Amino acid sequence: MKKGILTLTVNNRPGVLNRITNLFTKRNYNIESIAVGQSEQENVSRITVVVHVEDENVIEQMTKQLNKQIDVLKVTDISNQSIVARELALVKVLSSSQTRTEIYSLIEPFRGSVIDVSKDSLTIQITGESDKVEAFIELLKPYGIKELARTGTAAFPRGTQKQSVVKSFTIV
Amino acid sequence: MTEKAVVAASKAEQQVKSGAAFLIDALKKEQVEVIFGYPGGAVLPIYDEIYRSGMVHILPRHEQGSIHAAEGYARITGKPGVVIATSGPGATNIVTGLADAMIDSIPLVVFTGQVATSIIGTDAFQEADVIGITTPITKHNYQVRKPEDLPRIIKEAFYIASSGRPGPVLIDIPKDVATIDGKVGEEPEMDLPGYQPTTQPNYLQIRKLVEAVSSSKKPVILAGAGILHAKASEQLLQYAEQQGIPVVHTLLGLGGFPADHPLFIGMGGMHGIYAANMAISTCDLLINIGARFDDRLTGNLATFAPNAKVAHIDIDPAEIGKNVPTKIPVVGSAKEALEQLVAQDGKKPELTEWIETLQGWKQEFPFVYNRESDILKPQRVIELLHEKTDGDAIVVTDVGQHQMWAAQYFPFNKPHAWVTSGGLGTMGFCIPAAVGAQIAEPEATVFAVVGDGGFQMTSQELAVMAELNLPVKIIIVNNHALGMVRQWQSEFYEGRFSHSKFDYQPDFIKLADAYGIPAFKVDNEADASAKIEEALAIKGPVLIDFDVEPEENVYPMVAPGKGLHEMVGVKL
Repeated sequence: MKKGILTLTVNNRPGVLNRITNLFTKRNYNIESIAVGQSEQENVSRITVVVHVEDENVIEQMTKQLNKQIDVLKVTDISNQSIVARELALVKVLSSSQTRTEIYSLIEPFRGSVIDVSKDSLTIQITGESDKVEAFIELLKPYGIKELARTGTAAFPRGTQKQSVVKSFTIV
Repeated sequence: MTEKAVVAASKAEQQVKSGAAFLIDALKKEQVEVIFGYPGGAVLPIYDEIYRSGMVHILPRHEQGSIHAAEGYARITGKPGVVIATSGPGATNIVTGLADAMIDSIPLVVFTGQVATSIIGTDAFQEADVIGITTPITKHNYQVRKPEDLPRIIKEAFYIASSGRPGPVLIDIPKDVATIDGKVGEEPEMDLPGYQPTTQPNYLQIRKLVEAVSSSKKPVILAGAGILHAKASEQLLQYAEQQGIPVVHTLLGLGGFPADHPLFIGMGGMHGIYAANMAISTCDLLINIGARFDDRLTGNLATFAPNAKVAHIDIDPAEIGKNVPTKIPVVGSAKEALEQLVAQDGKKPELTEWIETLQGWKQEFPFVYNRESDILKPQRVIELLHEKTDGDAIVVTDVGQHQMWAAQYFPFNKPHAWVTSGGLGTMGFCIPAAVGAQIAEPEATVFAVVGDGGFQMTSQELAVMAELNLPVKIIIVNNHALGMVRQWQSEFYEGRFSHSKFDYQPDFIKLADAYGIPAFKVDNEADASAKIEEALAIKGPVLIDFDVEPEENVYPMVAPGKGLHEMVGVKL
């Protein structure tokens, strides 16, 4: 399995997100995460979709099928590009007076921050690439995670690309 | 002045009109000749406007009938078929037609009523989430929020439906939006920054294809419905003749290339002719023009065209490489690509031996059935339809065995004479689609070739044929069974004929009689011949119920999961 990241700009109109997720269902593709929000342009939203696929042909098909949507302005497969990618997670973890210091020592190297404290739990905010978020959650698991919320990845290409990594499917 | 005229005059002065009036004016502007529709609560304001407009409106007897009729019309004319249905059940009844049009790339513009904006989402009477339901089976859909948006939306809808790869576009109109007035504005401008279909092919790819043809020894063209959508039959003929390349058709492509041409090999696929499937299986260059490598055409992909370099010309880039790895991708319209190929006038390959091989197969393994039988054979019925009209007819079919026999035994020499539900395989398609086809070509002979199963799904549309005196000749190929289901049960389910036989059937002759349509029952060849002639002489609809051999199967056949070269039933 291969991880793929697509970034889309779409018209900010009612129902557009439904069109995108619908297409994934229709074509039998699985979405690992999807993040939506406004882009730098007015009335244009940016969607970042992370997928796990068998091979690159599937990502090429996804790109082409998404491109056919009338409300999709541009689709870029950035799987093989040099990118900046971040997601945010909120973790509510059980903590007693005995474990609190221990948990604090985990937060430090991951640059997480504590955003809420109660008598038996801590809520930690962590941002970073998915792998880092994943690793952090794994570390917290033994203490007992009460609640977990993740935003999914938001990403786009870096300002400067390493040479010859931009894969293009344009055949027109 | 009447009260209504006073209101109209005052509206004109204020430069306003209702959503329904915007709609009708936009349809007139698009030069819509006919609407296929069915009224209901949510579209009452629209129907009130139709009443005043004098537009031609066909009233089928079921919403499914309206959308299949619009498809039949669109397949013959190439122009978008226009449908109106009410909210809720009206809209859900057209869902099958939308899916059918989507998969076969048929241009439609479909209007559905919707409950008033203020009560959307409250489970109101006759409310259904039509946008949600139809998103995956339309090229695009809209819900209108303001009456003054209608001119732009309708302009966009017609453009989207008929450009690029054609398809159905749905416009959902809440009742209040159709009723209230909006300000009449300037000429609407389309706002479609995300929709720019490519029609002009890339020159470099065309050059690659020209070179591949020049150096090929066994090239074959696979011509699909894209030829018909692009109205590129002439260009296909020119190109095939210039380069001397043989042509294979898909089911939906039939008529794109003349069947009596020496370069025509036949239809490929599951029930295609041996020579066509072997041409694909042994060629060294496969030039797909406007076909989508459907599984019923390719058979097992692992053994599909194993020796071929694949070139694919398609207006939809997503079709290229979707099922079959492609060496030479050409995104563009079939017409423009073929024009460029002809203009390139590449070095003609030496193909004498290849053509001889294919012609040899064509002669040695034609479509065959037992002509000695005393029982009327369905294939013979189709042959007679061709003989009695010299092939000058439009053939509309339903889905199943009769559809395959029609494709096999009725050779088409001209485009837009073949109307069938290919991708979705919609039973019940034929009778309403024949209504639409006959309305598109009032003077043409239209055969509605239908099985006894599919006929019973939409036979209510006989009323429309009778009412408008549409001279459709309904040919029921009656084997008292769901023949294709029975054939598969016989071949792959050890003869367990689970619910594929009709033990009870109505008297189709009396049924036709109830609608005032002349009808004949035929169970032998001599009568078949005489009654087809008699039917053709009648200037109105006629139904002929052909009692045919019930055990007849469609051959040759590529069994599911098998390769195209593994055909069975090639010889008697």
